[in-house]
Amino acid sequence: MTEIRNVVIVGSGPSGYTAAIYAARAGLNPLVIAGSVTAGGALMNTTEVENFPGFVEGIQGPELMTTLQAQAEKFGAEVVFDDVTALDLSGAVKTVTTGEGKTHSTRSVILAMGSAYREIGIDDEKRLSGKGVSWCATCDGFFFRGQDVVVVGGGDSAMEEATFLTRFANKVTIVHRRDELRASKVMADRAKADPKIEFAWNSAVEGLDGADKLAGVRLRNLVTGEESLLPATGLFVAIGHDPRNELIKGVVDLDAAGYVVVQSGTTATNIPGVFASGDLVDSRYRQAITAAGSGCAAALDAQRWLEDQDDAEGAVR
Amino acid sequence: MSMTINATSESFKAEVLDSEMPVVVDFWAAWCGPCRAVAPILDELSVQYVGKVKVVKVDTEAHPDIAMAYGVTSIPTMHFFKDGAVVKTLVGARPKATLQAQFDEVVGA
Repeated sequence: MTEIRNVVIVGSGPSGYTAAIYAARAGLNPLVIAGSVTAGGALMNTTEVENFPGFVEGIQGPELMTTLQAQAEKFGAEVVFDDVTALDLSGAVKTVTTGEGKTHSTRSVILAMGSAYREIGIDDEKRLSGKGVSWCATCDGFFFRGQDVVVVGGGDSAMEEATFLTRFANKVTIVHRRDELRASKVMADRAKADPKIEFAWNSAVEGLDGADKLAGVRLRNLVTGEESLLPATGLFVAIGHDPRNELIKGVVDLDAAGYVVVQSGTTATNIPGVFASGDLVDSRYRQAITAAGSGCAAALDAQRWLEDQDDAEGAVR
Repeated sequence: MSMTINATSESFKAEVLDSEMPVVVDFWAAWCGPCRAVAPILDELSVQYVGKVKVVKVDTEAHPDIAMAYGVTSIPTMHFFKDGAVVKTLVGARPKATLQAQFDEVVGA
C-alpha cells in the first residue's frame, strides 16, 4: 500500500518553504515538491533583499531561500527537487505526480507555485532571446559590460534590475508605459538618482532590431504616437509576472487574471483540502514577506482542516 | 557523480570542435542561480550518456572569449555541437525530461 501523506506542498519560494516549516512543526511530515530548476523561486534570481524583516544588513535572495529550506528540513520537511507534472485533487486522497514518474498520495495539498515572468508578446522577443533579450539581470548583466541596455517595466523588479545593471552597462534606459513608476519610493528614488539611468516615459516596445543579435529597441510613445529607435545590445524584460496556474486550470477556481481564488481571509480554495498561498494567489502585494505570511496561513489552514476531518471520522465511528 | 569536462580557451577546440562525439556545451557562471539549478541535471546526463554525448562546461567569467565567440548573452545557454558546428541551442535551465529528449535527438540524428 502506498503511503498517504498529510500534506504535499507544490512550490519552494518563501511561501512554500514557510508552509513547510509550519506543517513540519505541526508534525504533519510535509513533502515539498521544490521544482527541478525553479527551486527557491523568484528570489533565486535576485541580489540583495533589503526589506525582509529580521535582516538589518539585508540578505542575498539565494541565501535567504537556502536558509528557509534548511529551516524546513530541520523540522522534518522532506524536499524533492522535481517538477509536478499532474495533480488529481478530486478525491479525499489526492495525487501529485512528478517528472520522474513518482506519484504521491496525500490528504491535503498546498499550492505555492508562484509566478512566471511575463513576456512582452512580440515576435522579436523569442527570436532574440539569449541574443540580447534576457529575463535575469543578475545572470546576464556581466555580458553587457560597457554597453547600452534597456529595461522594460516600472515596478520594483525593473528598478532593481536597472540599478544592478549599472555595475556593468554604460547606460541603462528604463522604458515604461506610463509617466510615473509603480515601484516603491526607495527603489524609484535610487534609480532616478543614478547618473547611468535614463527614462523613456509613456513608451512601449514595438519591435526589436538586429538580425542575429539585438541592435536596437523600437519604441512608440503612447501619448504622441511618435516612433523612435533606441540603440541597445541588451533588453531586460521586467514587466511583471503571471501566476503559474497551468497545472490547476479548469480544476481550481481562478479569477480573470488567472490567480487562485481563496475564501476571504483564508487560503482555502474551492476544493476541500486544497489550499493556495503566495504569488499564485496574490496580485496585490507580491512581496517575499507576504508570500511567507500566506504560506504560514496555508499550513495552519491545512492543519486545522486535517484535524476537522479526523474529528468527523471519529464521530462517525 | 559527474563526467562533465571543464573547457578552457585553450582546450575548447580539442574538447568540443574536434570531438567525434556530439557535445553539449553548458555556458555558466558562479553567480547565476538557474545555472546552479541545472548543473546537477547535466551531471546526471553526463553519466547517463557517457560514450554517446560529451558534456563540456564553460565558465563564462573565466573564459568570456568563448562566450563572446558564440554570441552568448544569457546563461545558462546550452549549445549542442556536432562535427564542430552548433546544431541546437537552449537558453535557460530546463527540467531533466526536456534535456534528455534533446540529448536523445542529438544522438539519434
